[in-house]
Amino acid sequence: MSLELIGITVLWTFLFGYLIIASIDFGAGFFSYYSMLTQKEHIINQIIDRYLSPVWEVTNVFLVFFFVGLVGFFPDTAYYYGTALLIPGGVALLLLSIRGSFYAFANYGARKSRIYMFLYGLTGLFIPASLSTVLTISEGGFIEKTNQGIHFHADRLFTSPYSWSVVFLALVSVLYISASFLTYYADKAQDTKARELLRTYALWWSGPTILASLLVFWGISRHNPAHFHSMLNISWMFVASFLCFLVAVFLMWKKRAFGVAFIFVMFQFAFAFYGYGYAHLPYLLYPYVTIQSALTNSTMGWALVIAFIAGLLLLIPSLYLLMRLFLFNAKYVRGQSK
Amino acid sequence: MDSVMWSRLLTAETLGFHIIWATIGVGVPVFISLAEGWGIYKKDPHYILMAKRWTRGFVITVAVGVVTGTCIGLMLSMLWPQFMKLVGNVISLPLFLETFAFFFEAIFLGIYLYTWDRFKNPVYHWLTSIPVILGSTLSAVFITTVNAFMNTPAGVKYNPVTGKISDIDPIAAMFNPSTPSQVAHVVSSAYLTCGFLLGGIAAYHLLKNRNHDYYKKALRLTMSVGFILAILTLVAGDISGKFLAKHQPAKLAAAEWHFETQTKAPLIFGGVLDEETLEVKYGIRIPYALSILAHNTPHGKVIGLNDIPKDQWPPLYIHYLFDMMVAIGFYLIIVSGLFVWNWIRKRGNEWNKWILRAIVLGAPLSFVAIETGWIYAEVGRQPWIITGMMRVKDAATTAQHVDTMFVLFTTLYIALTLISIAVLIRLFRNKTPENELHHMQFPVREG
Ligand code: HDD
Ligand code: HEM
Ligand code: HEM
Repeated sequence: MSLELIGITVLWTFLFGYLIIASIDFGAGFFSYYSMLTQKEHIINQIIDRYLSPVWEVTNVFLVFFFVGLVGFFPDTAYYYGTALLIPGGVALLLLSIRGSFYAFANYGARKSRIYMFLYGLTGLFIPASLSTVLTISEGGFIEKTNQGIHFHADRLFTSPYSWSVVFLALVSVLYISASFLTYYADKAQDTKARELLRTYALWWSGPTILASLLVFWGISRHNPAHFHSMLNISWMFVASFLCFLVAVFLMWKKRAFGVAFIFVMFQFAFAFYGYGYAHLPYLLYPYVTIQSALTNSTMGWALVIAFIAGLLLLIPSLYLLMRLFLFNAKYVRGQSK
Repeated sequence: MDSVMWSRLLTAETLGFHIIWATIGVGVPVFISLAEGWGIYKKDPHYILMAKRWTRGFVITVAVGVVTGTCIGLMLSMLWPQFMKLVGNVISLPLFLETFAFFFEAIFLGIYLYTWDRFKNPVYHWLTSIPVILGSTLSAVFITTVNAFMNTPAGVKYNPVTGKISDIDPIAAMFNPSTPSQVAHVVSSAYLTCGFLLGGIAAYHLLKNRNHDYYKKALRLTMSVGFILAILTLVAGDISGKFLAKHQPAKLAAAEWHFETQTKAPLIFGGVLDEETLEVKYGIRIPYALSILAHNTPHGKVIGLNDIPKDQWPPLYIHYLFDMMVAIGFYLIIVSGLFVWNWIRKRGNEWNKWILRAIVLGAPLSFVAIETGWIYAEVGRQPWIITGMMRVKDAATTAQHVDTMFVLFTTLYIALTLISIAVLIRLFRNKTPENELHHMQFPVREG
C-alpha cells in the first residue's frame, strides 16, 4: 500500500473510533440532562456515570490524535483548513473546552449543579454539529483560493441545504449510537428499568437516522456530483450498512442480544463511513488538496508509520486492561465494587 | 493591531495558561506515587490518604490541562498556518508521539482513579501510577523537543532563496542541540513546582494551627524531595545558560544586558537600562559571574549584543524575567534547604512560623518562575519563530477576526480559573484529612 493510503486509512480509522466513542459520550450528556428535566435521572444516571467516568479523557485523545496525525501526514491541510476555519474551529474548541472541564467539575467536584449539567448536555449536541461541518467543507465550494490567500465563505455554508442535512445526520446519529450502547450497558448491569428507557430512546432515534442519511445522499448528489458517482460505484457498502441497521433494530425490538445489536450498529456506521471516505479519495479538500499533493515527505511519513505501530503495541494492551476493568467486569458494571 | 499581534497574544495567553495546568499535570503524579508507595511500604494510612486527596484535586486540574492543551494543538494550525506548512513535516513526529503519551496517561489515570479498592495487594494499584508518570512526563519531553527545535532547528536543510526545506531527518530534528538542556530544565522545574505547591498547602494548614501529623508528614515529604529537585533545577538551568552562550548568544546577551563581547564578563542583577546610551544604572554587578555561567571559567568569552545585527535583538525587558526566575530558583533552594536542615539536624524549630510562611510563598513564586522562564525563552527568540529560518511576522495567519477569538478565549480562561478554584475549595473544605482519617479503619501509627 502506498504511504498516503496507509496514512489516510490510519487517520480515518481513528476518526471512526472518535465517532463511536464520542457519540456515546455526547449522547449520554444529552440523555443525562433530558432525564434530569423529566425527573427520570435516578433511572439512568448511574449507568451513564459508571461508564463515562473512567473513559472521558480517552475520548478526547482520539480527537487530538486525529488532528495531530492529519497535520503530520498531510501538512498542507493545516494551511488550508487552518486559515479558513479560524472562527468555526474556534467555536468548536470553545465548546469542547467547556464540555471537558465541566464534565470533570460535575463528576469529580463536590456536587452536580444544574448549570453544569445543562452545559454538558447542550455542548454534546453542538460539538458534533460543528465538527461535522468540516466534512461538508471538504466537499468543496466553501473554501476558495485567490491571489490574496484563502477565503472561507461562511454564508454559503449556512445557506446550503446539504450542510444542514449533514448537521442533522450528525445529531441523530449521536443520539442513536449512544442510546444503543447504553442499552447494552444497562442490560449488562441488569438494570431493567434503565435498559427499557434507553431502548425506547434507541428505537426512537433509529428512524430519523435513516431519513437523515437519505437526505445526505440527496445533498451530495446535488452539491458534488463527482463524489456522488464514486459513491454509487461502491453502492454495495451502503446497502450493507442498511442491512446492518435492519439487524440492529430488529434485535433491539425483540429485546435480544443487545451486545450483538450494538456491534451491528457499529458495522452500520463503519460501512457508511468507510464508503463515504473511500469515495471521497483522493481529495482532502475538493478541489485543492489531494492525499498525494499534501503528503508529507516520505522520511517523515515512514517515521510516523513506525511510531504508530510502536504506539499501538503499547496502547492495545492498555486499552484491553481498561475495558476489562470497566466494561467487561460484571461486578463493576453492576456497581458492586468501586 | 494586526493579525500577527493578535495571534501572538492569543498564543502567548493560551500557552501561558496551559503551562500552569500542564506543570501540575507533570509534577503532581510523581508526588502522588511517592506518597502511596511510601505509605504502602511503611503501612502508614496517612500517606495513603495523602495520595488519595492529591489525586482528587489532580483530576480537576488535569481536566483544565487537557482542554487547554487541545486548544493549543488546534491553534497551532489555525494561528500559525505558514509555520505548520513550512516545518509541519519536520516536527510532526514528536507531536504524534506526544498523543501516544497522552493516551497512555489517560488510560492509566482512569484505571488509577477507579481501582483504589479493587486489588487485593495494594502494590498493584501503586504500579498503575507509574504509567501515569511516564505518560505525562514523556508528553512534556516530546513537546519540549518541538520548542527546542524552534530554538535551534536541526535535521533539515533550509534554502533561504526558495523558502523550501529538504533533507528532513525527524530524529535529528527531535534531538536538536537545545533538546537535552531544555528537557532537563523543564522536567525538573515542573516537579519542583509541584513539590512547593503541595508543600505550600501543608504549610498553610500548619500555620492555621492545625497540627495533625498528616500535614507534618506531607511537608517533610514534599520539602525533602523539593530540595533535591531545586538543586537539579539549578544545575539544569546552568547547563541551559552554557547552551545559550554557544547556540543562542543573542538570547543570553539580551537577558544579561551584555553589549561588549568580552572575557571576565560580570553578571548584572536588576538595574535600569538607559535605552539611548545602553548604560546600566543601579544594578548589582557580580564580577566574572556571566563568564562562569556561560563557560564555567572566568576567562570565557561571552558574545555581546553589539556583535549582533540590531534588527535581530530580542526585546531587552527579558533581563528582568531572567533575573526573577534565577532569584526564585535560589529562594526555593534556601527555603527547602533550611527546612530540611532544621528537621535532620534537629536544630531550631522545625515548624518555625517564618519558614512555614516562606514555604507558602514559595508555591506561587515557583509558578511565577515557570511563567517568567517561558516568556524569557520565547520572547528571547524574537524576532524569530524558528531561529534563522522564519520570522514571527511571516508565520501568522492572514485570517481576520483573531481579535474576536482572543476575547472569547480570554473569557473562557478566566471562567475556567474561577470555577476550578471554586470547585477545588468546595471539594476540600468540608472534607478535612482529620475527618477522613477518623473514618478509615486502619490503625494509625504515630510518627
Ligand atoms: C520553577 C521554575 C524555574 C526555576 C526555579 C528556574 N527556572 Fe530556568 N526556566 C524554567 C523554569 C525555572 C522553565 C519554565 O522551565 C524554562 C522556560 C523555557 C525552558 O526551556 O525552561 C526556563 C528557561 C531557562 C533558560 C533558557 C533556556 C532556553 O531558552 O533554552 C535558562 C538559561 C535558565 N532557565 C536558567 C535558569 C537558572 C540559572 C536558574 C537558577 C536557579 C533557573 N533557570 C531557575
Ligand atoms: C511548551 C510550552 C510553551 C510555553 C509555555 C510557551 C510560552 C510562550 C509565551 C509566553 C509566548 C509569548 C511570547 C511573546 O509574547 O512574544 C510564546 C510565544 C510563542 N510560542 Fe511558545 N511556548 C511554549 C512552546 C511552544 C511551542 C512548542 C510552540 C510551537 C510549536 C510555540 C510557539 C509559539 C509561537 C508561535 C509564539 C508567538 C511568537 C512569539 O511571540 O514569539 N511555543 N510562547
Ligand atoms: C512544557 C510544556 C508543556 C507541558 C509540560 C505539557 C504537558 C501536558 C499535559 C500533562 C497534558 C495533559 C495530558 C493528558 O492528561 O491527557 C497536556 C495536554 C495537552 N497539551 Fe500540553 N504541555 C506543554 C505544552 C504544550 C504545548 C506547547 C502544546 C502544543 C503544541 C501542548 C499540547 C497539548 C495538547 C494537544 C494536550 C491535550 C491532550 C489531550 O487531549 O489529552 N502542550 N499537556
